[in-house]
Amino acid sequence: MLPALTPSNSFFWKAGHDGRLKILRCDACGEWLHPPGPVCPACLSRDLTPRPVSGRATIETYTINHQAWSADLLVPYVVAIVSLEECSAVRLTTNVIDCAPEDVHIGDAVRVLFEQHGDVWLPLFVRT
Amino acid sequence: MTTILERSAVISGLGVSAIGRRLGRSGLDLAIDAVLDAVADAGLTRSDIDGVATGSGYSPAPGASPVSTMELKEALRLELNWYSAAADSSQMSALISATMAVASGQARHVVVFRAVTEASARQQAPASSSAEASRGEAEGWLQWLAPFNAPSAVNWIGMAAARYFHEFGAAREQLAQVALNGRRNAALTSDAVYREPLTMDEYLSARMISTPLCLFDCDVPVDGAVAMVVSHVDVARDLRLPVHIESIAGPLYGRSTWDQQPDLTRFAGADAAKRLWSRTDLKPKDVDVAQLYDGFSFLSLIWLEDMGFCGRGEGAAFVEGGGRIALGGELPMNTSGGQLSYGRLHGMGLIHEACVQLRGAGGARQVPNDPRVALVTNGGGPVASAVLLVRK
Repeated sequence: MLPALTPSNSFFWKAGHDGRLKILRCDACGEWLHPPGPVCPACLSRDLTPRPVSGRATIETYTINHQAWSADLLVPYVVAIVSLEECSAVRLTTNVIDCAPEDVHIGDAVRVLFEQHGDVWLPLFVRT
Repeated sequence: MTTILERSAVISGLGVSAIGRRLGRSGLDLAIDAVLDAVADAGLTRSDIDGVATGSGYSPAPGASPVSTMELKEALRLELNWYSAAADSSQMSALISATMAVASGQARHVVVFRAVTEASARQQAPASSSAEASRGEAEGWLQWLAPFNAPSAVNWIGMAAARYFHEFGAAREQLAQVALNGRRNAALTSDAVYREPLTMDEYLSARMISTPLCLFDCDVPVDGAVAMVVSHVDVARDLRLPVHIESIAGPLYGRSTWDQQPDLTRFAGADAAKRLWSRTDLKPKDVDVAQLYDGFSFLSLIWLEDMGFCGRGEGAAFVEGGGRIALGGELPMNTSGGQLSYGRLHGMGLIHEACVQLRGAGGARQVPNDPRVALVTNGGGPVASAVLLVRK
């Protein structure tokens, strides 16, 4: 299932177009916010701009999913929560790919890799 | 001194329909069974009921709350001074709302009910509940999860449990005790859905769903309905077996999804606990029986910690061996089987069972030594609520 694109989330889902992961940041106070919203939760500024980040991240936790939620889904696969290098309070739920599930560990360093589906680029991660 | 207004309310009647896998009956049909059961149990009649509350809970999954207050009112021709149903709510919100309605005089006797037909709904479309709720494109908070094939709460709670195992060194054999305890108690509960014995070996060799959670760590959709009557305390002396509400809380502080929590093993249960204990002089040591939400076994572990029965990271050790949480243990837990074995009634089954225990009506599963104080918790992730019930 792919995300429905809206004016507020398109920058995130289309970030893979130029290969740079982007997160919304407050121009006034520097707070990073994710998921994107209309107002800075720290200082209430409305001046928010998507900013590129390195795409480097750390695995905070993960699960190996064995349940086929749909008929065409290949299992097992790894679902992980990663924290971003520049803004560790921002977490992304994602997949860790290109390795055996048993090789994934909490604390592993990972980097983003985009998987294109039409006009959506899913930010997935690989171990570094 | 704050007035603890919830003490103006009592749970005066209890009702439950048949509970089972695919009963082939409508949600309304089941709800009527439970509601009429509860009204009769309270010693009241239909014309005494002037309020209705229900809630559809956290997820708009098919069958999760198929009956509205309007439908129940129409079916039973009730005359309501007050009614409430909130889609945007915790599992306990209907009880909280009913308590406030009675305390403030909006209504005298409120029926609180929840019907579910999730087993029948699942038969038509076998998939995760959240995925079913939004076929096509993912919107709202689900857009951050579903594109990564993490559509189910078992994935999110699996990640929380994995982090907990990593930080605190917990083991599956410890987590298993929540499931095994529930199944032992369900064997003594005639209307529980899963009553056949479950051994540690069976648990450990069960199909993995989303590590570290296996099949027996997950509750299962059922069909059924639970109802209770909430009445003003002024009429308690006329009632057969009133259960008093000592304190109740359903705060909403943290981030809205599992993955954005600052601490990935700490959720809204801690906030609910803080609020609950701030509204009573009772302490964790005063609790005689606990019904701690076990939609997933892991949630009961963190509830034990959040509520102060043990320290941070000590929940797994607390349940080790199962003795402490067994019927004769120091904190009997999930005494009718919990959601894992009695059935997924979205917290309402746990409230019902707490009242049964306080009435001393548990039969073969009755907690010994005349329990007077019961704790019930609902949810435990981004939403959580709790109630302390007492018999006077």
